[in-house]
Amino acid sequence: MITASNVTKRYPEGREALRNVSFGITAGEMVFLTGHSGAGKSTLFKLLAAIERPTAGSIVINGQNLAALRKNAVPYLRRKLGLIFQDRKLLFDRNVLDNVLLPLAIVGHPAREALRRAQAALAKVGLPNREKTFPIALSGGEQQRLAIARAVVNRPAIILADEPTANLDAASASEILEIFHSFQQVGVTVVIATHDPLLLPHLQPRVLRLTQGEMSEEREPASCGVTP
Amino acid sequence: MRPWLAQHLAALRDALRRLVAAPLNSLLSLLVIGVALTLPTAGWLTLENLRKLTGDTPNVQQISIFLALDAGKREIGDIESRLQESRSGSWRFVPREEALKRLQAAEGMAEIIASLPRNPLPDAFVVTPGDARPEVLEDLARTFSSWPKVAHVQLDSAWVKRFDALLRLGERVVMMLGGLFAGALVTITFNTIRLQILAQAAEIEVAKLIGATDTYIQRPLHYFGMLQGVLGGLCAALLVSAGLRLLTPPVAELTRLYGASFALQGLSAGNVVALAAIGAALGWLGAKISALIHLRRIA
Repeated sequence: MITASNVTKRYPEGREALRNVSFGITAGEMVFLTGHSGAGKSTLFKLLAAIERPTAGSIVINGQNLAALRKNAVPYLRRKLGLIFQDRKLLFDRNVLDNVLLPLAIVGHPAREALRRAQAALAKVGLPNREKTFPIALSGGEQQRLAIARAVVNRPAIILADEPTANLDAASASEILEIFHSFQQVGVTVVIATHDPLLLPHLQPRVLRLTQGEMSEEREPASCGVTP
Repeated sequence: MRPWLAQHLAALRDALRRLVAAPLNSLLSLLVIGVALTLPTAGWLTLENLRKLTGDTPNVQQISIFLALDAGKREIGDIESRLQESRSGSWRFVPREEALKRLQAAEGMAEIIASLPRNPLPDAFVVTPGDARPEVLEDLARTFSSWPKVAHVQLDSAWVKRFDALLRLGERVVMMLGGLFAGALVTITFNTIRLQILAQAAEIEVAKLIGATDTYIQRPLHYFGMLQGVLGGLCAALLVSAGLRLLTPPVAELTRLYGASFALQGLSAGNVVALAAIGAALGWLGAKISALIHLRRIA
Protein backbone atom coordinates (compact mmCIF):
# COMPACT_ATOMS: atom_id res chain seq x y z
CA MET A 1 0.00 0.00 0.00
CA ILE A 2 2.79 2.40 0.98
CA THR A 3 6.39 1.77 -0.02
CA ALA A 4 9.24 4.15 0.73
CA SER A 5 12.64 3.40 -0.78
CA ASN A 6 15.82 5.25 0.17
CA VAL A 7 13.95 8.45 0.87
CA THR A 8 16.11 11.44 1.65
CA LYS A 9 14.81 14.89 2.35
CA ARG A 10 17.24 17.75 2.47
CA TYR A 11 16.03 21.28 3.09
CA PRO A 12 17.52 24.20 1.18
CA GLU A 13 19.44 25.38 4.24
CA GLY A 14 21.31 22.06 4.18
CA ARG A 15 19.58 20.26 7.03
CA GLU A 16 18.93 16.63 6.27
CA ALA A 17 15.57 15.78 7.82
CA LEU A 18 15.41 12.21 6.48
CA ARG A 19 18.32 10.04 5.44
CA ASN A 20 17.89 6.98 3.26
CA VAL A 21 14.62 5.90 4.83
CA SER A 22 12.95 2.73 3.52
CA PHE A 23 9.87 0.90 4.76
CA GLY A 24 6.75 -0.78 3.55
CA ILE A 25 3.24 -0.71 4.97
CA THR A 26 0.67 -3.22 3.81
CA ALA A 27 -3.03 -2.62 3.50
CA GLY A 28 -4.95 -2.72 6.77
CA GLU A 29 -1.91 -2.20 8.98
CA MET A 30 -1.75 0.22 11.88
CA VAL A 31 1.70 1.74 12.13
CA PHE A 32 3.16 4.17 14.63
CA LEU A 33 5.87 6.47 13.43
CA THR A 34 7.77 7.59 16.51
CA GLY A 35 10.82 9.54 17.48
CA HIS A 36 11.79 12.65 19.35
CA SER A 37 10.69 15.96 18.08
CA GLY A 38 12.94 16.92 15.21
CA ALA A 39 13.56 13.29 14.28
CA GLY A 40 11.76 13.70 10.98
CA LYS A 41 8.23 12.47 11.72
CA SER A 42 6.48 15.55 10.45
CA THR A 43 8.74 15.64 7.42
CA LEU A 44 7.80 12.07 6.60
CA PHE A 45 4.12 12.94 7.13
CA LYS A 46 4.47 15.81 4.68
CA LEU A 47 6.16 13.59 2.12
CA LEU A 48 3.44 10.93 2.46
CA ALA A 49 0.74 13.58 2.01
CA ALA A 50 2.57 15.03 -1.02
CA ILE A 51 2.86 18.39 0.73
CA GLU A 52 6.59 18.20 0.14
CA ARG A 53 8.67 16.09 -2.22
CA PRO A 54 11.63 13.88 -1.35
CA THR A 55 15.06 15.05 -2.43
CA ALA A 56 15.95 11.49 -3.36
CA GLY A 57 14.27 8.10 -3.30
CA SER A 58 10.68 7.18 -4.02
CA ILE A 59 7.44 6.91 -2.13
CA VAL A 60 4.77 4.80 -3.77
CA ILE A 61 1.21 4.96 -2.51
CA ASN A 62 -1.41 2.81 -4.23
CA GLY A 63 0.98 2.37 -7.14
CA GLN A 64 1.56 6.10 -7.57
CA ASN A 65 5.09 7.40 -7.15
CA LEU A 66 4.76 10.65 -5.25
CA ALA A 67 8.20 11.83 -6.28
CA ALA A 68 7.10 11.84 -9.91
CA LEU A 69 3.54 13.00 -9.35
CA ARG A 70 2.41 15.86 -11.57
CA LYS A 71 1.37 18.93 -9.66
CA ASN A 72 -2.19 18.81 -10.88
CA ALA A 73 -2.50 15.16 -9.82
CA VAL A 74 -1.77 15.98 -6.17
CA PRO A 75 -5.36 16.95 -5.24
CA TYR A 76 -6.67 13.63 -6.52
CA LEU A 77 -4.08 11.73 -4.45
CA ARG A 78 -5.01 13.70 -1.34
CA ARG A 79 -8.67 12.81 -1.78
CA LYS A 80 -7.73 9.16 -1.32
CA LEU A 81 -5.95 9.93 1.94
CA GLY A 82 -7.51 10.81 5.25
CA LEU A 83 -5.19 13.52 6.55
CA ILE A 84 -5.16 14.64 10.16
CA PHE A 85 -2.85 17.57 10.79
CA GLN A 86 -0.92 18.40 13.90
CA ASP A 87 -2.68 21.75 14.24
CA ARG A 88 -5.98 20.13 13.09
CA LYS A 89 -6.66 22.88 10.57
CA LEU A 90 -10.32 23.22 11.44
CA LEU A 91 -12.25 26.15 10.03
CA PHE A 92 -13.46 28.19 12.97
CA ASP A 93 -15.86 30.30 10.97
CA ARG A 94 -18.11 27.40 10.08
CA ASN A 95 -19.91 24.89 12.21
CA VAL A 96 -19.04 21.25 12.83
CA LEU A 97 -21.23 19.92 10.04
CA ASP A 98 -19.86 22.36 7.46
CA ASN A 99 -16.31 21.44 8.43
CA VAL A 100 -17.06 17.80 7.69
CA LEU A 101 -18.94 18.67 4.48
CA LEU A 102 -15.94 20.48 3.00
CA PRO A 103 -14.13 17.43 1.54
CA LEU A 104 -17.41 16.24 0.02
CA ALA A 105 -18.06 19.64 -1.53
CA ILE A 106 -14.57 19.55 -3.03
CA VAL A 107 -15.25 16.18 -4.63
CA GLY A 108 -18.73 17.34 -5.64
CA HIS A 109 -21.07 14.95 -3.90
CA PRO A 110 -24.80 15.60 -4.22
CA ALA A 111 -26.02 17.57 -1.20
CA ARG A 112 -28.29 14.92 0.24
CA GLU A 113 -25.73 12.14 0.07
CA ALA A 114 -23.06 14.45 1.46
CA LEU A 115 -25.23 15.29 4.44
CA ARG A 116 -25.87 11.62 5.12
CA ARG A 117 -22.17 10.80 4.92
CA ALA A 118 -21.13 13.71 7.11
CA GLN A 119 -23.64 12.73 9.77
CA ALA A 120 -22.41 9.13 9.65
CA ALA A 121 -18.79 10.29 10.04
CA LEU A 122 -19.70 12.48 13.01
CA ALA A 123 -21.57 9.60 14.63
CA LYS A 124 -18.61 7.33 14.11
CA VAL A 125 -16.21 9.63 15.97
CA GLY A 126 -18.71 10.22 18.75
CA LEU A 127 -19.79 13.73 17.87
CA PRO A 128 -23.45 13.33 17.00
CA ASN A 129 -25.85 16.17 17.88
CA ARG A 130 -23.04 18.71 17.71
CA GLU A 131 -23.59 19.60 14.05
CA LYS A 132 -24.46 23.24 14.60
CA THR A 133 -21.75 23.86 17.20
CA PHE A 134 -18.74 25.91 16.19
CA PRO A 135 -15.31 24.33 16.70
CA ILE A 136 -14.30 26.99 19.21
CA ALA A 137 -16.92 25.59 21.59
CA LEU A 138 -15.48 22.07 21.43
CA SER A 139 -12.92 20.62 23.83
CA GLY A 140 -9.49 19.60 22.53
CA GLY A 141 -10.53 15.96 22.31
CA GLU A 142 -13.73 16.89 20.48
CA GLN A 143 -11.84 19.08 18.04
CA GLN A 144 -9.59 16.13 17.31
CA ARG A 145 -12.64 13.95 16.71
CA LEU A 146 -13.95 16.56 14.33
CA ALA A 147 -10.63 16.55 12.49
CA ILE A 148 -10.88 12.77 12.21
CA ALA A 149 -14.48 12.94 10.98
CA ARG A 150 -13.41 15.35 8.24
CA ALA A 151 -10.52 13.05 7.31
CA VAL A 152 -12.66 9.93 7.00
CA VAL A 153 -15.82 11.36 5.44
CA ASN A 154 -14.49 10.54 1.97
CA ARG A 155 -13.91 6.93 3.12
CA PRO A 156 -10.18 6.85 2.42
CA ALA A 157 -8.24 3.59 2.37
CA ILE A 158 -5.35 5.26 4.20
CA ILE A 159 -5.42 7.54 7.23
CA LEU A 160 -2.34 9.63 7.98
CA ALA A 161 -2.30 11.41 11.33
CA ASP A 162 0.36 13.80 12.59
CA GLU A 163 0.53 13.93 16.41
CA PRO A 164 -3.19 13.29 16.88
CA THR A 165 -2.90 12.87 20.65
CA ALA A 166 -0.66 15.84 21.35
CA ASN A 167 -2.02 18.17 24.02
CA LEU A 168 -4.75 15.73 25.01
CA ASP A 169 -5.19 14.19 28.44
CA ALA A 170 -4.63 10.45 28.70
CA ALA A 171 -8.33 9.59 28.63
CA SER A 172 -9.06 11.64 25.51
CA ALA A 173 -5.88 10.37 23.86
CA SER A 174 -6.82 6.74 24.34
CA GLU A 175 -10.33 7.46 23.05
CA ILE A 176 -8.81 8.95 19.93
CA LEU A 177 -6.59 5.92 19.48
CA GLU A 178 -9.64 3.68 19.91
CA ILE A 179 -11.28 5.52 17.04
CA PHE A 180 -8.24 4.90 14.84
CA HIS A 181 -8.26 1.29 15.92
CA SER A 182 -11.89 0.94 14.90
CA PHE A 183 -10.99 2.16 11.41
CA GLN A 184 -8.15 -0.31 11.20
CA GLN A 185 -10.60 -3.04 12.18
CA VAL A 186 -12.60 -2.40 9.03
CA GLY A 187 -9.53 -2.57 6.82
CA VAL A 188 -8.25 1.01 6.71
CA THR A 189 -4.48 1.49 6.77
CA VAL A 190 -3.60 3.82 9.62
CA VAL A 191 -0.27 5.64 9.99
CA ILE A 192 0.15 7.75 13.11
CA ALA A 193 3.15 9.97 13.68
CA THR A 194 3.63 10.60 17.39
CA HIS A 195 6.51 11.52 19.66
CA ASP A 196 4.86 9.67 22.50
CA PRO A 197 3.17 6.47 21.44
CA LEU A 198 0.49 6.01 23.97
CA LEU A 199 -0.23 2.43 23.24
CA LEU A 200 -3.22 0.51 24.31
CA PRO A 201 -2.69 -2.94 25.81
CA HIS A 202 -4.79 -4.71 23.22
CA LEU A 203 -3.14 -3.00 20.25
CA GLN A 204 -0.06 -4.61 18.80
CA PRO A 205 0.94 -1.95 16.34
CA ARG A 206 4.07 -1.84 14.32
CA VAL A 207 6.42 0.90 15.39
CA LEU A 208 8.79 2.64 13.03
CA ARG A 209 11.24 4.73 14.97
CA LEU A 210 13.01 7.72 13.50
CA THR A 211 16.24 8.89 15.08
CA GLN A 212 17.81 11.97 13.58
CA GLY A 213 16.38 11.22 10.19
CA GLU A 214 17.20 7.53 10.12
CA MET A 215 14.74 4.74 10.59
CA SER A 216 14.78 1.62 12.65
CA GLU A 217 11.93 -0.78 13.16
CA GLU A 218 10.84 -2.36 16.39
CA ARG A 219 7.82 -4.18 17.64
CA GLU A 220 7.29 -2.76 21.09
CA PRO A 221 5.93 -5.04 23.72
CA ALA A 222 2.46 -3.74 24.32
CA SER A 223 2.92 -3.24 28.02
CA CYS A 224 5.94 -0.96 28.08
CA GLY A 225 4.31 1.78 26.07
CA VAL A 226 1.30 2.21 28.32
CA THR A 227 1.21 5.52 30.05
CA PRO A 228 -0.95 5.63 33.12
CA MET B 1 -27.94 17.24 -11.52
CA ARG B 2 -24.52 16.84 -13.07
CA PRO B 3 -21.70 17.24 -10.54
CA TRP B 4 -19.96 20.01 -12.48
CA LEU B 5 -23.16 22.00 -12.71
CA ALA B 6 -23.72 21.53 -8.98
CA GLN B 7 -20.17 22.73 -8.33
CA HIS B 8 -20.65 25.80 -10.51
CA LEU B 9 -23.90 26.61 -8.75
CA ALA B 10 -22.21 26.12 -5.40
CA ALA B 11 -19.40 28.46 -6.45
CA LEU B 12 -21.91 31.07 -7.64
CA ARG B 13 -23.81 30.76 -4.36
CA ASP B 14 -20.55 31.12 -2.49
CA ALA B 15 -19.64 34.27 -4.45
CA LEU B 16 -23.11 35.77 -3.85
CA ARG B 17 -22.87 34.94 -0.16
CA ARG B 18 -19.55 36.79 0.05
CA LEU B 19 -20.96 39.80 -1.80
CA VAL B 20 -23.88 40.00 0.60
CA ALA B 21 -21.75 39.25 3.66
CA ALA B 22 -19.97 42.62 3.37
CA PRO B 23 -22.71 44.86 1.96
CA LEU B 24 -20.92 48.17 2.51
CA ASN B 25 -17.69 47.01 0.88
CA SER B 26 -19.60 45.45 -1.99
CA LEU B 27 -21.66 48.58 -2.51
CA LEU B 28 -18.58 50.76 -2.60
CA SER B 29 -16.83 48.49 -5.11
CA LEU B 30 -19.96 48.42 -7.27
CA LEU B 31 -20.20 52.20 -7.20
CA VAL B 32 -16.55 52.61 -8.17
CA ILE B 33 -16.94 50.10 -11.01
CA GLY B 34 -20.22 51.76 -11.99
CA VAL B 35 -18.63 55.19 -12.21
CA ALA B 36 -15.66 53.78 -14.12
CA LEU B 37 -18.06 52.35 -16.71
CA THR B 38 -20.33 55.39 -16.69
CA LEU B 39 -17.82 57.83 -18.16
CA PRO B 40 -17.01 55.98 -21.38
CA THR B 41 -20.64 54.92 -21.73
CA ALA B 42 -21.84 58.49 -21.41
CA GLY B 43 -19.23 59.60 -23.93
CA TRP B 44 -20.30 56.95 -26.38
CA LEU B 45 -23.95 57.86 -25.94
CA THR B 46 -23.17 61.53 -26.57
CA LEU B 47 -21.45 60.65 -29.83
CA GLU B 48 -24.37 58.45 -30.85
CA ASN B 49 -26.77 61.32 -30.21
CA LEU B 50 -24.64 63.81 -32.14
CA ARG B 51 -24.49 61.40 -35.03
CA LYS B 52 -28.23 61.00 -34.89
CA LEU B 53 -28.65 64.75 -34.77
CA THR B 54 -26.71 65.26 -38.01
CA GLY B 55 -28.49 62.32 -39.57
CA ASP B 56 -31.81 63.95 -38.74
CA THR B 57 -30.82 67.21 -40.41
CA PRO B 58 -30.75 66.36 -44.09
CA ASN B 59 -29.99 69.90 -45.37
CA VAL B 60 -26.50 69.53 -44.03
CA GLN B 61 -25.94 66.94 -46.68
CA GLN B 62 -27.64 68.79 -49.50
CA ILE B 63 -26.00 70.45 -52.43
CA SER B 64 -27.66 73.50 -53.95
CA ILE B 65 -26.97 74.27 -57.59
CA PHE B 66 -27.79 77.85 -58.50
CA LEU B 67 -28.08 78.55 -62.21
CA ALA B 68 -27.11 81.71 -63.98
CA LEU B 69 -29.94 84.27 -64.22
CA ASP B 70 -29.98 84.02 -67.99
CA ALA B 71 -30.39 80.24 -68.05
CA GLY B 72 -33.34 79.22 -70.15
CA LYS B 73 -35.60 76.18 -70.37
CA ARG B 74 -33.12 74.36 -72.61
CA GLU B 75 -30.24 74.73 -70.14
CA ILE B 76 -32.46 73.61 -67.27
CA GLY B 77 -33.45 70.50 -69.25
CA ASP B 78 -29.78 69.88 -70.00
CA ILE B 79 -28.84 69.97 -66.30
CA GLU B 80 -31.80 67.77 -65.45
CA SER B 81 -30.59 65.11 -67.84
CA ARG B 82 -27.02 65.42 -66.55
CA LEU B 83 -28.26 64.91 -62.99
CA GLN B 84 -30.20 61.90 -64.15
CA GLU B 85 -27.09 60.46 -65.73
CA SER B 86 -24.83 61.12 -62.77
CA ARG B 87 -27.04 59.06 -60.40
CA SER B 88 -25.85 61.18 -57.55
CA GLY B 89 -29.05 60.90 -55.53
CA SER B 90 -32.47 62.46 -55.49
CA TRP B 91 -32.95 66.05 -56.63
CA ARG B 92 -35.59 68.67 -56.86
CA PHE B 93 -35.92 71.67 -59.17
CA VAL B 94 -36.79 74.95 -57.49
CA PRO B 95 -37.93 77.56 -60.06
CA ARG B 96 -37.06 81.14 -59.25
CA GLU B 97 -40.73 82.11 -58.86
CA GLU B 98 -41.25 79.45 -56.21
CA ALA B 99 -38.10 80.53 -54.38
CA LEU B 100 -39.37 84.07 -54.33
CA LYS B 101 -42.76 83.00 -53.03
CA ARG B 102 -41.10 81.07 -50.22
CA LEU B 103 -38.97 83.98 -49.33
CA GLN B 104 -42.03 86.21 -49.21
CA ALA B 105 -43.67 83.84 -46.80
CA ALA B 106 -40.81 84.26 -44.37
CA GLU B 107 -41.48 86.78 -41.65
CA GLY B 108 -40.44 90.36 -42.39
CA MET B 109 -39.29 89.56 -45.89
CA ALA B 110 -42.46 90.40 -47.78
CA GLU B 111 -41.89 94.16 -47.74
CA ILE B 112 -38.28 93.90 -48.77
CA ILE B 113 -39.16 91.63 -51.66
CA ALA B 114 -41.98 93.90 -52.75
CA SER B 115 -39.55 96.79 -52.95
CA LEU B 116 -37.34 94.94 -55.42
CA PRO B 117 -37.75 95.85 -59.07
CA ARG B 118 -37.52 92.24 -60.25
CA ASN B 119 -36.97 88.74 -58.96
CA PRO B 120 -33.29 88.54 -58.01
CA LEU B 121 -33.36 84.80 -57.37
CA PRO B 122 -32.02 82.25 -59.84
CA ASP B 123 -33.45 78.88 -60.70
CA ALA B 124 -31.97 76.19 -58.52
CA PHE B 125 -31.61 72.46 -58.04
CA VAL B 126 -31.43 70.91 -54.60
CA VAL B 127 -29.61 67.59 -54.69
CA THR B 128 -29.71 65.13 -51.82
CA PRO B 129 -26.82 62.76 -52.50
CA GLY B 130 -27.27 59.08 -51.79
CA ASP B 131 -23.78 58.90 -50.37
CA ALA B 132 -23.26 61.55 -47.72
CA ARG B 133 -19.54 61.13 -47.03
CA PRO B 134 -17.79 64.49 -47.10
CA GLU B 135 -15.31 63.39 -49.81
CA VAL B 136 -18.15 62.30 -52.08
CA LEU B 137 -20.04 65.53 -51.52
CA GLU B 138 -16.97 67.51 -52.40
CA ASP B 139 -16.51 65.56 -55.64
CA LEU B 140 -20.11 66.09 -56.63
CA ALA B 141 -19.92 69.79 -55.97
CA ARG B 142 -16.85 70.06 -58.19
CA THR B 143 -18.60 68.17 -60.99
CA PHE B 144 -21.71 70.29 -60.76
CA SER B 145 -19.83 73.57 -60.94
CA SER B 146 -18.18 72.49 -64.19
CA TRP B 147 -21.55 72.23 -65.92
CA PRO B 148 -22.68 75.06 -68.23
CA LYS B 149 -24.86 77.84 -66.89
CA VAL B 150 -24.15 76.83 -63.30
CA ALA B 151 -23.40 80.04 -61.44
CA HIS B 152 -22.80 78.71 -57.97
CA VAL B 153 -22.73 75.38 -56.14
CA GLN B 154 -23.25 75.56 -52.47
CA LEU B 155 -22.20 72.79 -50.13
CA ASP B 156 -21.80 73.18 -46.45
CA SER B 157 -18.93 70.81 -46.81
CA ALA B 158 -16.53 72.60 -44.53
CA TRP B 159 -19.03 72.42 -41.74
CA VAL B 160 -19.76 68.78 -42.40
CA LYS B 161 -16.06 68.02 -42.58
CA ARG B 162 -15.28 69.80 -39.36
CA PHE B 163 -18.12 68.10 -37.62
CA ASP B 164 -17.06 64.74 -38.93
CA ALA B 165 -13.50 65.31 -37.76
CA LEU B 166 -14.83 66.39 -34.39
CA LEU B 167 -16.91 63.22 -34.13
CA ARG B 168 -13.87 61.16 -35.01
CA LEU B 169 -11.85 62.93 -32.36
CA GLY B 170 -14.64 62.29 -29.89
CA GLU B 171 -14.63 58.65 -30.85
CA ARG B 172 -10.91 58.44 -30.18
CA VAL B 173 -11.33 60.15 -26.81
CA VAL B 174 -14.13 57.78 -25.85
CA MET B 175 -12.01 54.83 -26.88
CA MET B 176 -9.10 56.06 -24.79
CA LEU B 177 -11.40 56.67 -21.84
CA GLY B 178 -12.86 53.21 -22.33
CA GLY B 179 -9.41 51.62 -22.33
CA LEU B 180 -8.37 53.57 -19.27
CA PHE B 181 -11.47 52.74 -17.30
CA ALA B 182 -11.41 49.11 -18.41
CA GLY B 183 -7.93 49.00 -16.88
CA ALA B 184 -9.33 50.61 -13.75
CA LEU B 185 -12.09 48.03 -13.55
CA VAL B 186 -9.62 45.17 -13.88
CA THR B 187 -7.47 46.76 -11.18
CA ILE B 188 -10.39 47.24 -8.82
CA THR B 189 -11.40 43.61 -9.23
CA PHE B 190 -7.80 42.52 -8.85
CA ASN B 191 -7.70 44.23 -5.50
CA THR B 192 -11.04 43.02 -4.17
CA ILE B 193 -10.08 39.46 -5.09
CA ARG B 194 -6.74 39.92 -3.37
CA LEU B 195 -8.58 40.95 -0.20
CA GLN B 196 -10.95 38.01 -0.58
CA ILE B 197 -8.02 35.63 -0.80
CA LEU B 198 -6.37 37.17 2.24
CA ALA B 199 -9.59 36.90 4.20
CA GLN B 200 -10.02 33.26 3.23
CA ALA B 201 -6.42 32.18 3.44
CA ALA B 202 -7.16 29.58 6.13
CA GLU B 203 -10.05 28.10 4.22
CA ILE B 204 -8.08 27.98 0.98
CA GLU B 205 -5.12 26.34 2.66
CA VAL B 206 -7.29 23.65 4.26
CA ALA B 207 -9.20 23.03 1.04
CA LYS B 208 -5.93 22.59 -0.84
CA LEU B 209 -4.60 20.20 1.80
CA ILE B 210 -7.62 17.95 1.60
CA GLY B 211 -7.72 17.66 -2.15
CA ALA B 212 -9.20 20.80 -3.69
CA THR B 213 -7.96 21.50 -7.20
CA ASP B 214 -6.90 25.01 -8.19
CA THR B 215 -9.99 25.19 -10.37
CA TYR B 216 -12.20 24.47 -7.37
CA ILE B 217 -10.56 27.23 -5.35
CA GLN B 218 -10.56 29.78 -8.16
CA ARG B 219 -14.11 29.17 -9.31
CA PRO B 220 -15.93 31.21 -6.64
CA LEU B 221 -13.35 33.98 -7.02
CA HIS B 222 -13.99 34.14 -10.77
CA TYR B 223 -17.70 34.26 -10.13
CA PHE B 224 -17.17 36.98 -7.58
CA GLY B 225 -15.29 39.11 -10.09
CA MET B 226 -17.87 38.46 -12.77
CA LEU B 227 -20.81 39.26 -10.48
CA GLN B 228 -19.14 42.45 -9.40
CA GLY B 229 -18.59 43.40 -13.05
CA VAL B 230 -22.18 42.65 -14.06
CA LEU B 231 -23.62 44.59 -11.14
CA GLY B 232 -21.18 47.42 -11.79
CA GLY B 233 -22.29 47.47 -15.44
CA LEU B 234 -25.94 47.67 -14.41
CA CYS B 235 -25.01 50.39 -11.94
CA ALA B 236 -23.42 52.34 -14.82
CA ALA B 237 -26.54 51.85 -16.96
CA LEU B 238 -28.58 53.25 -14.10
CA LEU B 239 -26.31 56.26 -13.67
CA VAL B 240 -26.30 57.01 -17.39
CA SER B 241 -30.09 56.72 -17.61
CA ALA B 242 -30.50 58.99 -14.61
CA GLY B 243 -28.19 61.56 -16.19
CA LEU B 244 -30.13 61.35 -19.43
CA ARG B 245 -33.38 61.91 -17.62
CA LEU B 246 -31.95 65.07 -16.11
CA LEU B 247 -30.78 66.29 -19.54
CA THR B 248 -33.92 65.51 -21.49
CA PRO B 249 -36.03 68.62 -20.58
CA PRO B 250 -33.28 71.20 -21.31
CA VAL B 251 -32.39 69.47 -24.58
CA ALA B 252 -36.04 69.45 -25.63
CA GLU B 253 -36.28 73.15 -24.79
CA LEU B 254 -33.14 73.91 -26.76
CA THR B 255 -34.25 72.02 -29.85
CA ARG B 256 -37.68 73.65 -29.66
CA LEU B 257 -36.04 77.07 -29.71
CA TYR B 258 -34.20 76.04 -32.85
CA GLY B 259 -37.48 74.87 -34.34
CA ALA B 260 -36.30 71.30 -34.61
CA SER B 261 -37.55 68.18 -32.97
CA PHE B 262 -34.94 66.00 -31.42
CA ALA B 263 -35.23 63.52 -28.59
CA LEU B 264 -32.17 62.27 -26.73
CA GLN B 265 -31.58 58.63 -27.40
CA GLY B 266 -31.05 56.52 -24.28
CA LEU B 267 -29.53 53.10 -23.70
CA SER B 268 -31.36 50.25 -25.39
CA ALA B 269 -31.89 46.91 -23.69
CA GLY B 270 -29.15 45.54 -25.93
CA ASN B 271 -26.79 48.30 -24.75
CA VAL B 272 -27.50 47.46 -21.12
CA VAL B 273 -26.85 43.78 -21.75
CA ALA B 274 -23.62 44.64 -23.56
CA LEU B 275 -22.54 46.88 -20.69
CA ALA B 276 -23.18 44.09 -18.18
CA ALA B 277 -21.31 41.64 -20.40
CA ILE B 278 -18.32 43.97 -20.70
CA GLY B 279 -18.35 44.40 -16.93
CA ALA B 280 -18.50 40.63 -16.48
CA ALA B 281 -15.62 40.00 -18.86
CA LEU B 282 -13.39 42.64 -17.27
CA GLY B 283 -14.31 41.49 -13.75
CA TRP B 284 -13.51 37.92 -14.68
CA LEU B 285 -10.16 39.00 -16.12
CA GLY B 286 -9.22 40.92 -12.97
CA ALA B 287 -10.25 37.99 -10.78
CA LYS B 288 -8.35 35.52 -12.93
CA ILE B 289 -5.10 37.50 -12.81
CA SER B 290 -5.46 38.17 -9.09
CA ALA B 291 -6.19 34.51 -8.28
CA LEU B 292 -3.23 33.34 -10.35
CA ILE B 293 -0.86 35.69 -8.55
CA HIS B 294 -2.16 35.51 -5.00
CA LEU B 295 -3.11 31.86 -4.69
CA ARG B 296 0.44 30.84 -5.49
CA ARG B 297 1.47 32.25 -2.13
CA ILE B 298 -0.80 29.89 -0.22
CA ALA B 299 0.55 26.37 0.43
